Amino acid sequence: MRIGIDVGGTNTDAVLMDGTKLVALAKRPTTPDVSSGIIAALKSVLADAPQTAHIEAVMLGTTHFTNALLEHKSLAPTAVIRMCGPATTLLPPLVDWPDALRDTIGGRSYMLKGGHEFDGQEISSMEEKEVREAVEDMVNNGGVRAVAVCGVFSPVETSHEDMVGAIIREQAPELSVTLSHEIGRVGILERENATALNASLNEIATRTILSLTEAIRSLGLAAPFYLSQNDGTLMEADFAARYPVFTIASGPTNSMRGAAFLSGVANGIVLDIGGTTTDGGTIVNGFPRESSVAIEIAGVRTNFRMPDVLSIALGGGSIVRESPLTIGPDSVGYRLLDEALVFGGDTLTTTDISVYAGRAAIGDGVQESSLDAKLAADGLSLIDSRLAEIIDQLKLSAADVPVILVGGGSILVSDSLEGASEVIRPNHGEVANAIGAAMAQVGGQVEKVYSLVEYGREEALEAARLEAESKAVAAGADPQTLQVVELEEVPLSYLPSNATKIRIKVVGDLAGLSS
Amino acid sequence: MWQIVEDDLESIAIGAGILGTGGGGNPYIGQLRAREAIRRHGPVDVLSPDELDEDSLVICVGGIGAPTVGIEKIRGLQSYEAFRAIERYTGKKATALISNEIGGSNSLEPLIPAAFAGLPVVDADGMGRAFPEFQMKTFFVYGVPCTPMAVCDERGNTAIIPEAASPKWVERMARAVTIQMGCVACYAVAPMTAKQVQTTAVLYSLSLAKSLGEAVRASRKQNSDCIAAILDTCPGRVLFSGKIVELERQTTSGFARGRVVVEGTGDQSSSRMEIEFQNENLVARLGGETVCMVPDLICIVDSDKGEPITTELLRYGFRVTVLAFPAPTLWTSPEGLQVVGPRAFGYDLDYVPLQL
Repeated sequence: MRIGIDVGGTNTDAVLMDGTKLVALAKRPTTPDVSSGIIAALKSVLADAPQTAHIEAVMLGTTHFTNALLEHKSLAPTAVIRMCGPATTLLPPLVDWPDALRDTIGGRSYMLKGGHEFDGQEISSMEEKEVREAVEDMVNNGGVRAVAVCGVFSPVETSHEDMVGAIIREQAPELSVTLSHEIGRVGILERENATALNASLNEIATRTILSLTEAIRSLGLAAPFYLSQNDGTLMEADFAARYPVFTIASGPTNSMRGAAFLSGVANGIVLDIGGTTTDGGTIVNGFPRESSVAIEIAGVRTNFRMPDVLSIALGGGSIVRESPLTIGPDSVGYRLLDEALVFGGDTLTTTDISVYAGRAAIGDGVQESSLDAKLAADGLSLIDSRLAEIIDQLKLSAADVPVILVGGGSILVSDSLEGASEVIRPNHGEVANAIGAAMAQVGGQVEKVYSLVEYGREEALEAARLEAESKAVAAGADPQTLQVVELEEVPLSYLPSNATKIRIKVVGDLAGLSS
Repeated sequence: MWQIVEDDLESIAIGAGILGTGGGGNPYIGQLRAREAIRRHGPVDVLSPDELDEDSLVICVGGIGAPTVGIEKIRGLQSYEAFRAIERYTGKKATALISNEIGGSNSLEPLIPAAFAGLPVVDADGMGRAFPEFQMKTFFVYGVPCTPMAVCDERGNTAIIPEAASPKWVERMARAVTIQMGCVACYAVAPMTAKQVQTTAVLYSLSLAKSLGEAVRASRKQNSDCIAAILDTCPGRVLFSGKIVELERQTTSGFARGRVVVEGTGDQSSSRMEIEFQNENLVARLGGETVCMVPDLICIVDSDKGEPITTELLRYGFRVTVLAFPAPTLWTSPEGLQVVGPRAFGYDLDYVPLQL
């Protein structure tokens, strides 16, 4: 059996899964120290577990590190080393950061010799002395505790970053080091930004993951412990301490993956309708579709593969107003149980018109006299058209698709939604995130530019696939279960020798886990 | 004369995106580079074409290379090096710089060397929109020499093309050199006189880009109609508006080719517009009938925010408005059409001007 945990802003959820069967679930308030909330939720599901239950793995999704970035809390003083000279020096590292965040991490940067061309040739040779002087300066004069190392075209050729990493570890072993080729893809500003974010989070990640591990172990759970990543796959907790930035978008990913799992739908749209907002995403082969544009984290532009999530201000607590008819963007939020008409309050919410029209049956009902029938009907059709619009924006083609509803606000939605081939409301949608974490697989991804003159297309694809597979196995995948879930070939314009970018992602089940 | 300050860069980038007709690349990095140049050296002066002294010498600069490489090995001062190389080669000092292309990221390129050299830029360019190749400039159609031309990288390498059989040959040779330089470089071309600029450049295009961007930004702020704001600034018309329902792409011989279909909404819900692109949007058809073709400008913008959408960012489901603007008249002469008319892009079509 496996345990999935989701630490959200409000609740900490835990589920116990036996293969694909949900055995137990618990919802507890999230606590400031995170650990106590997890322990409470874990105790509850373990109490419901059969005596003989053997826990094989614990998977956890958290937005803890996202919040650290948003709140500028517990970030380490961080320096950036860019190997580029003499190219790519006009725009220094961190150039497009919000001033406050840059100041929080110290904003120290060094542009040194090194780096590569798109075809792997050196821009210039690296100089060890230059690196050592930079490290000495950042430690002695900057009080730096974390370093981001970024070389031009390191996703194509990693050697310079590897060498700088080795020098730093030898010269100043107390510094935590993040190499950019382990973080992101081509697009130096965005990759370097993500690398610096990761470096600045290293300390708090190490601390947090240690305390999470202790919390889990304190309950006698000896099973391997994983964190879920942005792309819906898992990484071991030790690994996550080094790469916290990979957990930043795991929340929506787990929700979508959990919804896909619960509904048995591998291709469709997930709408997570909460109290204030609706988040929508597209599931392709069981994984969220990723955004093609730059994603900002705490105001910093990055080029992570993140799920493409559209949000609109519509939820079960959205306030309905008359003449002219408006819905939201404000919401009574968690005060729904006090303020909505159906619960004896005096604020007209989307939940009230839904109950009035018979879509939902909660609370004490709505008196005929307290609500105008036309207002309720118009309100519902506005809700439907908003949802139809988000569905349409999420669709990959004109054909209707299955729509999976999770979240408390899904009572607003009728079973005939424009653009939906069917509307599915899976059981236990309220713990979709934790289930998404529990059902996660492990993966490996490669994104590189290949010259097809040098390689030949088949050969290039094969090389990319093998590299992705070995990454997946290194991350803990069972080699027997590996499959390619994404393959993209993009021929690059204006480049010689049929340069083509190949992006491939393989996933597999965790090795040693019975299903 | 007016000045470009930091806040203008966003406006120019939006306007250049609209005039980029789907091509010209993402101006984000260009905007950051120009911002850096202005932060270090102050605002850049802009000369109106009629303010040019008779003995002015105006050098055209631009970027050349693969956009996918340019986001990793970011350009620095190569266009500065290139125009200095032309000065040394010709023995003549530039008095101003001019953009090769107002569409997309190249629109901001001259601001960087201008800021570093303390030179003004001219309110004009060589395309009035975006085109994919070097030879597609009004300057060369109307007899301005395309050589000597200099290509520079960031290491101190300069290649000079002293003479060429045609502007197209300059493109071929410069492209080959650029590949050796790591697929990112900048170039500069022989200085033009004031008269040459006044008669062969697309005039006032930089201020047009800025006004377009300002109009879009203002209407966003006021929540008013961005599309109307664009058309009030630059005469043109809405060809169609609706939702993207089909998208096909292929990359052949270096160009991102494809086709996008927009389905109407409201009273146009039964009709469809199809737009073919090769880096830029080239031909628009409504119900099978061609309604706009290159060199007239076909721009796809987000219907709500007026944000220009480049061909690589088109996606199913986007709500878009297709705008068309007449090409600069320099392009619609027989000589102009020979270089950038529909036949230059492989269409068996005679150019029919946009009906406003």
